[in-house]
Amino acid sequence: MAKNLARYTRRRRKNWIILGLSLCATGIGLFFLGAILFALLTEGLAAIRPSLFTEMTPAPGSDGGLLNAIYGSAVMTLVGTVVGTPIGILVGTYVAEYSRGNKLGQSIQFINDVLLSAPSIIVGLFVYQLLVVPMGHFSGWAGSTTLAILVIPVVTRTTIDMLILVPNALREAAAALGTPKWKITVSVCYRAARQGMLTGIMLAVARISGETAPLLFTVLSNQFWSTDMNRPIANLPVVISNFALSPYPDWQRLAWGGALLITLTILTLNIAARTLASFGSAKQ
Amino acid sequence: MQTNSSSAALTGAGKPNFSTTPVPSPTQPVAGGKLVEKIQIKDLRFYYKKFEALKTINLSLADKKVTAFIGPSGCGKSTLLRVLNRMYALYPEQRAEGEVLVDGANILDPKIDLNLLRAKIGMVFQKPTPFPMSIFDNIAFGINLYEDLPRGELEDRVEQALRKAALWDEVKDKLKQSGLGLSGGQQQRLCIARAISVKPEILLLDEPCSALDPISTQKIEELISELKTDYCIVIVTHSMQQAARSSDYTAFMYLGELIEFNDTETVFTNPHNKRTEDYITGRFG
Repeated sequence: MAKNLARYTRRRRKNWIILGLSLCATGIGLFFLGAILFALLTEGLAAIRPSLFTEMTPAPGSDGGLLNAIYGSAVMTLVGTVVGTPIGILVGTYVAEYSRGNKLGQSIQFINDVLLSAPSIIVGLFVYQLLVVPMGHFSGWAGSTTLAILVIPVVTRTTIDMLILVPNALREAAAALGTPKWKITVSVCYRAARQGMLTGIMLAVARISGETAPLLFTVLSNQFWSTDMNRPIANLPVVISNFALSPYPDWQRLAWGGALLITLTILTLNIAARTLASFGSAKQ
Repeated sequence: MQTNSSSAALTGAGKPNFSTTPVPSPTQPVAGGKLVEKIQIKDLRFYYKKFEALKTINLSLADKKVTAFIGPSGCGKSTLLRVLNRMYALYPEQRAEGEVLVDGANILDPKIDLNLLRAKIGMVFQKPTPFPMSIFDNIAFGINLYEDLPRGELEDRVEQALRKAALWDEVKDKLKQSGLGLSGGQQQRLCIARAISVKPEILLLDEPCSALDPISTQKIEELISELKTDYCIVIVTHSMQQAARSSDYTAFMYLGELIEFNDTETVFTNPHNKRTEDYITGRFG
């Protein structure tokens, strides 16, 4: 079997080159990820101590923690996610299940993609005009609204993508039993798409918990403990930004601590969500 | 084995005789015995957008019998089957004209409630389609749609359906596990169990064995011959042997037309139409 091996050799060489390039790219990505995590850990770990979670943001030179900022961030992220997620899922469901391929569906998807890539500072400005100006002051509600608006396009997009991946055969099988359309969507399609949709929500949470710019326009921050959502409220991203840019070493240390905290929280949330999802879905 | 039993059933049941005047079709079943027409298809035409996929089909399907649709790919077998439970209505670009009477009611009537219709007419697809939930829930899902049963009764019904589909012994210890974890043949029997659990009157099988190995195929064919005592069964198949083994009547379709319809024995031993003969002897298709 004397075959002309030239083509085969060429194909093999191409494979090696592309494989090498892919490995390089992966290596570069991982290197920076590792470097960031390393910097965060080495600088931030020193700041992680009980007082970080029990004391308020301090004046320069005195001891303190980030309790007010942690609380503010947690509440605003929670409200933003709780408000934005259902809207995103409903929009995504409408586009994927009820207007797939038609003009309206395509338009919604296009507008959603525009919103998805819109700089967050513009969303912040929008809410500033919408809420902060009429109310006359910055507030936690305005911040939560901004975050909710940022959540919607991420969740919408992933919901559409995941629902479109659900094979039509599954919808037909459910319809063949006499299942009403809404129930096919809720009981069969959502279940099949659950893992991906959950990833979308997690992505959205990760995105909003680090947003700084839009919060500057809407909540500002607060040096003191406040749970009043009608008033400016402390939050991690803005505190980190303020403290990191300050000349005071204590503040800089707290900023590192806050940054590490956000990263670890998102990491934990992601792992928890994935574990839960894989528990719930197919034990194969 | 299957061939024997099904042809025995065929001759035992005698030649088909529809209680009402049969609608015209290329060849009519011969008289004798008692049969109930479950489905009557009258002047049915079907379109995918502008393309005419079915050209004036006239056909009657008997209750408690198995009718097979055979023919080469793209001849309209599956299309015809998907008209019978209006599955095509999921897709706006597909439409049917004419009449399909099920127990005398025209199911092409736009006023027909599709969910109730499909609850009465079960369907099993070419590829297994287990829902992403446990084996138990796969069956319970359909039952719970139209019945509100106490837990114990529900469990009985699930067991019944799984037993009927010859799957119970293989899954009784893992009802809580995902239906997706089963083998292809098991998944298909799960889908059959799900279809019969809701107690339909008609069962539509769209090439139910095309993705299965011979052993699973045999199990499903045995199942079909058992189920026909209760249901009007319509099966689309590419396998001529399967049609010969497991059906009482056979309809041969070609390019959107019904070429020949008769009892299976006649179609396979003494086809009236040249094209039918060419197809079943393997000269084309």
